[in-house]
Amino acid sequence: MASLRNQVIIAGVGESDIGKVPHMTGVGLNAQACKRALDDAGLTLKDVDGLLTAYTMTEPYFMLGTVVAEYLGIQPRYCASVAVGGGSPAVMLKHAAEAVLAGHCDTVLVCAGENRATGQTRDSAVAALTIVGHPYFENPYGPLIPGFYAMIARRYMHEYGTTREQMAAVAVNGRNHALRHPNAHMTKPITIDDVLNSKPIAEPLNILDCCLISDAAGAFVVTRADRAPDIANRPAWLLGIGEFHTHEHLIAAPSLTEFGCKQSGETAYGMAGLGPADIDFAQLYDCFTIVPIIEMEELGLCERGEGGDVFARGDTAIEGRLPVNTDGGLLSHAQAGAGGGIFGIVEATRQLRGDQGDRQVKRHDVALVHNEGGILSSNCTMILAREAR
Amino acid sequence: MSGELPSPIVNADSQPYWDAARDDRLVLQKCSGCGTVRFFPRYLCTECGSEKVEWVDSAGRGTVHSFTIVHRAAFPEFQERTPYVVALIDLEDGPRMMTNILGDDALDISIGDAVEVCFEARGSDGAKVPQFRRARS
Repeated sequence: MASLRNQVIIAGVGESDIGKVPHMTGVGLNAQACKRALDDAGLTLKDVDGLLTAYTMTEPYFMLGTVVAEYLGIQPRYCASVAVGGGSPAVMLKHAAEAVLAGHCDTVLVCAGENRATGQTRDSAVAALTIVGHPYFENPYGPLIPGFYAMIARRYMHEYGTTREQMAAVAVNGRNHALRHPNAHMTKPITIDDVLNSKPIAEPLNILDCCLISDAAGAFVVTRADRAPDIANRPAWLLGIGEFHTHEHLIAAPSLTEFGCKQSGETAYGMAGLGPADIDFAQLYDCFTIVPIIEMEELGLCERGEGGDVFARGDTAIEGRLPVNTDGGLLSHAQAGAGGGIFGIVEATRQLRGDQGDRQVKRHDVALVHNEGGILSSNCTMILAREAR
Repeated sequence: MSGELPSPIVNADSQPYWDAARDDRLVLQKCSGCGTVRFFPRYLCTECGSEKVEWVDSAGRGTVHSFTIVHRAAFPEFQERTPYVVALIDLEDGPRMMTNILGDDALDISIGDAVEVCFEARGSDGAKVPQFRRARS
C-alpha cells in the first residue's frame, strides 16, 4: 500500500450552524460548512476540482456527490458519494488523499451532515436508524441502533468489568468540553447521576448514553502538501490513515468485544511511524458511551479493560493526560447522520493550530481521529500532525 | 408478542428457512464441502467458498451471548410491547442468531442462560418467526 504520510494536508475546516436550524436545508448546511472550510483555507470554490460527500436520509436525493457539486455550482473531475455510515468522513479523507496523491485532482472538498433534528420528525428519525439492522434476520425482533450497542455494552461489561458509572463518565467528559465550544448543540452541564438516572432506551444504555440528533454539517479541504505555504491558516498534516471492515450486521460480527479499530489503528500507526505513546489528544467516535471506551483500548491508548477507568479518573479532560473529544463529540457537540465523525477531524485540525482558547489542549503536536460506521462495522483511524514529520 | 409485528420477508436465499418455520422447525444451512453450519442463509460458504449446501435441522438449543431490554422501540407495534428482550444466541449448532426472549421470566434473563427455540405467529397467513425462551429441561 502506498504511504500517504506527509503527502497531503487538511487546508481548512468548517462547521455549519449546529443544533436546531429549521431555516436551512440539509444540503444548505453542507454548503455553509463548505464555504466556511474554504474561507478558513483562503481558497474559493474555483480552486476545488474534487468533491466527496456521504448520503442523506432526510432529503430525497440519490447521487449526493453530484447533488452537492451541482448545488455549489462546481464541476469536479473527481466526485463520489461514500456510504460507510459514521465511518464515512475518515474514509473520505483517505480516498481524497489517495486521489490527490495519484494526481486525479489537486483540491478535494469533503463534506457530510444532515438536518436530522428538524428535517424529519423524531419518530421517523428513529425509524430511519433501523435500516442499519439486518432487514430479514434482525429487524423482525425489533432491535434498534441503541439496542445493538447495548448488547455490545452488556457483553463488554460481562467480560471486562466496565461499569455504568464509567460509561456515564464518557458522557460527562464530552459535555464538559462542549460547554467550552461556541457552536456545540448542548449547552447545559450534566453529572454522572444525571446520566444514570436518565430515561432508559435499551438497557444498559440510557438516553444520555446516546448521541444527539442534530442539524449539522462539517467540511474540510484536502490538498497537496506542497501547497501548504499558500494556505491561509496552519494546515494539519496527514501522517497515517487506515481502514478495516469486519461485518455490517451485529449477527455477523466476529466478536462483541473485538472490532476492526485495532487493524485500522495499526495501519495508521505504521504509516505514520508512530505509536499510541506519541498521541497528544484523540477524537474518538462516541455514538454511545461504550464505544470510545472500546476504541481507546483497541487503539492501544490504554490497556484492555482499562478504558472505562481512563474516562472515570479524568485523564480524558482537556487538562488531562490524554484529552478526548475536546469539542464534546457526538454525545454533546453534534451528530447528524454520516456527519458525526467529520467534527472530530475539524476539531483535531483546530486543536493542532493551538488557538482554541480555554478549550485548547496543552500538548498539540499529534492527534488521533477515529470514525466508525454501522455497529463498529467499518473503522477508520487517522493520525494528524501540526507539522510534517 | 404477536399480532401486528412484522411478517418475515422471504427471498431466494431464505425460502427454506421460512418454509420450515411455518412447521415449527428451525433449519440452518450446512456446507456440503466443509461441513460448516452457517447463519444467515446465503449463496456460498464463507469458510471454503463452496456453492453446495444442504439444509439441516437445528438442535434448537443455545445460550445467551448478550441481550438488551428495549424500553423505547423504533416502531409503534414494538413500542406497545416494551419492555422486551432482544438477544444474541450462540446455537449449539455453531452459528449466532438474533431473537427475542419470550416468556413471563424473559426480563430476568442473563448472559450464559440456556434457551430453546419456539415459534411465534406473524401476520395471518401462517408465517412464523423463530424465537427463544428459557430452556425447560
